[in-house]
Amino acid sequence: METILTVNHLTKKFGPLTAVKDLSFTIEKGNVYGILGPNGSGKSTTLGIILNVVNRTSGDFSWFDGSTSTHEALKKVGAIIERPNFYPYMTAIQNLKLVCKIKEVPETKIQEKLELVGLWDRKDSKFKTYSLGMKQRLAIASALLNDPEILILDEPTNGLDPQGIHQIREIIKKIAGQGTTILLASHLLDEVEKVCSHVVILRKGEKLYSGLVDGMMASYGFFELRAADMEQLKSFLEQYASFGKIDSYNGTLTAYLKEEMDAESLNKILFEKGIVLSHLVKRKESLEQQFLNLTKNN
Amino acid sequence: MLRLLQIEFIKLWNNRASKVLIISYFILLTSIALIAAIKFDIGPVQFHLADQGIFNFPYIWHFNTFVAAIFKLFLAIVIVSMMANEYSNKTIKQNLIDGFSKKEFLMSKVLTVISFALISTVFVFVVSLILGLTYSDYNELSIIFSDLEFLLAFFIKLVGFFSFCLFLGILVKRSAFALGFLILWTILEQVVFGLLGWKVMSWPAAKRVKDFFPLESMMNLIKEPGSRLSAVQNIGDQIGENLRFDYHTYWYEFLIVICWTAIFIYLSYLLLKKRDL
Repeated sequence: METILTVNHLTKKFGPLTAVKDLSFTIEKGNVYGILGPNGSGKSTTLGIILNVVNRTSGDFSWFDGSTSTHEALKKVGAIIERPNFYPYMTAIQNLKLVCKIKEVPETKIQEKLELVGLWDRKDSKFKTYSLGMKQRLAIASALLNDPEILILDEPTNGLDPQGIHQIREIIKKIAGQGTTILLASHLLDEVEKVCSHVVILRKGEKLYSGLVDGMMASYGFFELRAADMEQLKSFLEQYASFGKIDSYNGTLTAYLKEEMDAESLNKILFEKGIVLSHLVKRKESLEQQFLNLTKNN
Repeated sequence: MLRLLQIEFIKLWNNRASKVLIISYFILLTSIALIAAIKFDIGPVQFHLADQGIFNFPYIWHFNTFVAAIFKLFLAIVIVSMMANEYSNKTIKQNLIDGFSKKEFLMSKVLTVISFALISTVFVFVVSLILGLTYSDYNELSIIFSDLEFLLAFFIKLVGFFSFCLFLGILVKRSAFALGFLILWTILEQVVFGLLGWKVMSWPAAKRVKDFFPLESMMNLIKEPGSRLSAVQNIGDQIGENLRFDYHTYWYEFLIVICWTAIFIYLSYLLLKKRDL
């Protein structure tokens, strides 16, 4: 595996406040990473540090194999932080040409990238005339100009309307589909769940978890069940060793598994006991539930 | 280096306000030539400013650089806002994320400032040369090209002043406030001079200290040329005032301004480096 970014014991203090505390993680090529955390958990600060706009208090980080300076490495990175920042009096094309000059890449990719985000017909409009959604899409086009090794997105759908959010997600999926490494910071969990394979979870500047999304919690999922005789169903399940907690809510039983079991075999067992189900669903905890559990327990 | 200049050029030239100010500045520089047209013709009193010797070589170098330096305020506005706007649009953050180093960012600004000063100097040189060749009473090559140190002084003065503007732009981060600060600083230098002379030391000593203040030292590079005109000196002689001051610029005066320039650029760099964006 090729390493793109290594972060070692990174700490950032703003006066008495510690925004990032002893944070370490690595980013491997080809994966889609999510950085999760509530507001103020240090996501943006961490990204700010690795992107050369925030000074670190201690610790270090290195891009790629660590042999280039940060600003040289950033030329191979595409990043959008919070709000799209461009020169308001310049058109989309002029702004992108400027970015090409800074990144030292040829201007030939401008059309391709503007078409990718659907802004080619507005290429000669000034940036200040754009809607927020368009600004955000222009920012993505700008971040892609150098065909980056890694794309860093900080809250890319913040403040957008549902349509805008959908457009941005489609673009992200398209880019992820091309095999670009992506680092996505967000507090919107379903967003991360939909596109990310790995997560880093932060709370108050500390890392709670980093690794595969699926491995976040040792969990076997749960069943949602309904039958004509709910009492009988409940008492049976309570005796059965595979189940832990059993909740009853709105006429539906939720039975949490303690070991692996598929829906088919449960159905079979219950049928043999004379319990006929009218509703049977097996689910995994959503990332949101897992996240809330994780941030609560620690 | 060319790349850094190109980047700054794209930023400046696409901004209508900056473009207008830059063009007006160079038009104003050219308009020094219009002084030649000042002519009073009231019956027996005929007064033609161009005939009063202001366009004589080498005096013209002194006079034109002094007048041209007044217009630097136009570029000061452009420079302060080109720096402050990077903060208010947060584009400095984007520039850094896109792979600009803080050093490159500052260098692109400093190079632009030096280019402005250089182009202005060449401009003043050409305009003065044409005016001089048209109106000067002396046209020997050796006289034409004497006292050229005023052009050097002009260049150093502009670079120094513009670096100060850059620094203020970075320090204050808002163009209007930075310009206000510039005016405040001008007044402050005089107030400190006044206080020093009044309470702390003798007036001549205070005058010497004042020569080390940044704006004052830039002023000293090109001293006021009016009293150098023979007409003015004749009047001075008649009323018993000796107006023959020392007009020349000394090496240490250059040195003071160069030091300030270095200090301003270095402080700008420190600010950039230390600040979180």
